[in-house]
Amino acid sequence: MSTATSSPIRLVSIGKRYSGTKALDDVSVEVAGGTVHALVGANGAGKSTLGKVIGGVIRPDDGQLFIDGHPVRYTSPREARIDGIATIAQELSPLPHMSVIENVYFGIEPRRYGLVQWRRLRAQYDELLTQWGFELNGNVKVGGLRTADKQKVEILRAVASDARVIVMDEPTSSLTSVETTTLHRMIRSLRESGRTIIYVSHFLDEVLDLADTVTVLRSGRLVRTAPVAEETEESLVAGMFGAAEAAEHFEKPQRSTAPVVLGVSGLNRKGVLADISLQIRAGEIVGLAGLVGSGRSELARAIAGADPIDSGTIAVDGSTRRIRSSADAIAAGMAFLPESRKDDGLFLELSLAANTTFADLRTVASRMGILRLSVERAKTSSLLKMLSVEPPVSSAKAANLSGGNQQKVLFARWLFRNPRLLILDEPTRGVDVSARAAIHRLINKLAAEGTAVLMISSEIEEVLGLAHRVLVMRRGSIIREFSADPPLEAVMEAAFGLGGGATA
Amino acid sequence: MTSQSSDPVTGGPAVAGEPVSADEANAAVVARRLSQRRIRAQHVRDYGIVVFAIALFIYFSVASPAFATGQNLLNLVNQNATVGIAGCAVTLTIIAGNFDLSLGAIFVLSEVLAAYVAVHWGVWWAFPVALAAGSVMGLINGLLVTKLHVNAFLATLATALSFGGIAAGVTHGGLLITPQGSVFTFIGQTRVVGVQYPVIIFAVVAIILQLVLSYTVFGRHLYGVGDNRNAARLSGLKVDRTVIITFVVTGGACGLAGLIDASTTGSGSSLTAGLAGQLALLAIAGVALGGSSIFGGVGSVWRTVLGVLMLGMITNGFNLLAVTPYWQDIVRGLLIIIAVAISLAVDRR
Repeated sequence: MSTATSSPIRLVSIGKRYSGTKALDDVSVEVAGGTVHALVGANGAGKSTLGKVIGGVIRPDDGQLFIDGHPVRYTSPREARIDGIATIAQELSPLPHMSVIENVYFGIEPRRYGLVQWRRLRAQYDELLTQWGFELNGNVKVGGLRTADKQKVEILRAVASDARVIVMDEPTSSLTSVETTTLHRMIRSLRESGRTIIYVSHFLDEVLDLADTVTVLRSGRLVRTAPVAEETEESLVAGMFGAAEAAEHFEKPQRSTAPVVLGVSGLNRKGVLADISLQIRAGEIVGLAGLVGSGRSELARAIAGADPIDSGTIAVDGSTRRIRSSADAIAAGMAFLPESRKDDGLFLELSLAANTTFADLRTVASRMGILRLSVERAKTSSLLKMLSVEPPVSSAKAANLSGGNQQKVLFARWLFRNPRLLILDEPTRGVDVSARAAIHRLINKLAAEGTAVLMISSEIEEVLGLAHRVLVMRRGSIIREFSADPPLEAVMEAAFGLGGGATA
Repeated sequence: MTSQSSDPVTGGPAVAGEPVSADEANAAVVARRLSQRRIRAQHVRDYGIVVFAIALFIYFSVASPAFATGQNLLNLVNQNATVGIAGCAVTLTIIAGNFDLSLGAIFVLSEVLAAYVAVHWGVWWAFPVALAAGSVMGLINGLLVTKLHVNAFLATLATALSFGGIAAGVTHGGLLITPQGSVFTFIGQTRVVGVQYPVIIFAVVAIILQLVLSYTVFGRHLYGVGDNRNAARLSGLKVDRTVIITFVVTGGACGLAGLIDASTTGSGSSLTAGLAGQLALLAIAGVALGGSSIFGGVGSVWRTVLGVLMLGMITNGFNLLAVTPYWQDIVRGLLIIIAVAISLAVDRR
């Protein structure tokens, strides 16, 4: 490990085109060794692409990459690894059926006579943990780990192979704030050991807190590279969008005392949810806070019929509904935006029209089940325009849209049905600042029109900013309820099981 | 890009000294151009296969004067009608993200049962029995895949063995000769205005299935299930039911194909050496060659028609040119690999 030296990375006039669009255009950046260098930009600005160029994941069309002053031309991440550059991707790709140790040392196991020396491997792993101050059982299968721990595996894997440069693409997008703090501590100790971190992120506060230098990109072009000390959140946003977009601070409409739309009582699912009761009124936004694994997503899925329940009742508009499938929930007037839009939400290969109307095709079909395509196109187009989806073209393929626009398309699918209750699990994950503001506006607007909203977010500030009422979950139960603007510290304390007694 | 900064796309008032609106205009131009480009790249994949088929057609027409005659072309389609019917139906199963290797076995057992009831109960029984038998076999496949969660590949491989075995049992491993010159052989051995019945049935099946895919709620559901099963379920779709229907339709179509074959040959044969053995492979090869995704979510029936006919064209053309059969198989195999590789390459861009 002591061999880690400073290794300047120099990118000169890097260009990359995707079917005619310039993802990167004449970008030159110099990265000093032993620093944390952040890449920021709106979605589609090219920050991930630039990170991938450094990591050898993407081959640039133009320009030259220099490592330690030598021109290099990587054709695969493997070649970059040989030069000590490791990439930790946004979507982690460890080997799920193998143990942590096997993952960390995959391909670099100490061998003798072609056989892996397990005992030496374990010793090495323990040494690695103490060296970096990590805690992670090496024998468990990686597939069962939480995202934060999978990330640890990837980082350990990088340092185990003596990587001097580690490229991290949106490493905190699915972490809780506590896990983020831990990750940042690791990054700092990596930096202290002389390693260089390329940190791709759209969380500006993290960048300002963590990085030494920041490179701002906009529409594939370099805006500037500057020491973080000279930047503020406002200056970065201005750089990313070309002008100081008014920082959207969520405004809350007055709370309603409208009729109860959702009434849940005594909901149980063995080992997951324990005796959950809650109510949401028309026009009310209720936020679910809690750590990852506290049962927030599971509760949302249970109400929405996506997961089974063992006991309990769910009533919509006062009448008890038997909800055993998503179809039942939809029929009861619920709409559910799942946590992972790629796995559970979008039809990536299908058109925006198909994505929008899928949950309610009957409204654009004759009684015989024949689709009226022109009606579908018209209805979809107006909805896409209302949500300012870019491009607002109903025949465009969902896969070709950016994350923020994809999320808006999912909103379109559910708004198409005029739901009574909207359940949102991480509605702004992986979405850029302006799309996030648009989605917040939309949630407020829907609530103002009388929709009941149940919202989950890993960003506690987002929950506090939007919700009229916050329920804190821990170990499958609702342990605290806060009405209107609770202090962040109180919510966090409750989530961690500290502080006062339950008032739910 | 910079040359575009004066593009008046937004038409909005430009804030003096600020590059904002120019940038937004840029973004709009880029997005628009992007979508145009994508449409073009998609066209390559969508219609590349058509160009390929036409090129092949022209080649054979030039190489052999006997090829592009009405009679030969009708024969070509007629010879491939059974594969085509099975292929068009299994396209639905594949679009919905599943697979069916039991096409040939369903075909054989339906054919044998049709012949059996034609001999023992009367010829009229052959029609409903063949269709019903095929559909029931499809239903079995569908239930295995959805309710017992058996992988479609394995489930249909297993049922193919069993169905084939039953067929051999019914015929005692041989041939059932059906009454000649009756209603039974009518479909396979007569023509309307010079066109063989199997050709007409193939065309009707293909058109109906294409219309179902493109213009019905059910068709849209198939694409959704194949593209993202979870999303389809969370959107309120009864995914299992949709999947089962695709298997039943495929089974029924194979029953129909079996009926046509029995009628053409005037017999029910359980020998899987001939067409039956190849049916599943040729039909699925036709789907792939046509450019439908073997992983589901993307595809069409007309592609399968094109794929099946291209495979048939190679056999027919090479026969006319007196090319040895093993070369035909080699070329067909290569063709499928090339077609799939091209479509994957276009996808990856």
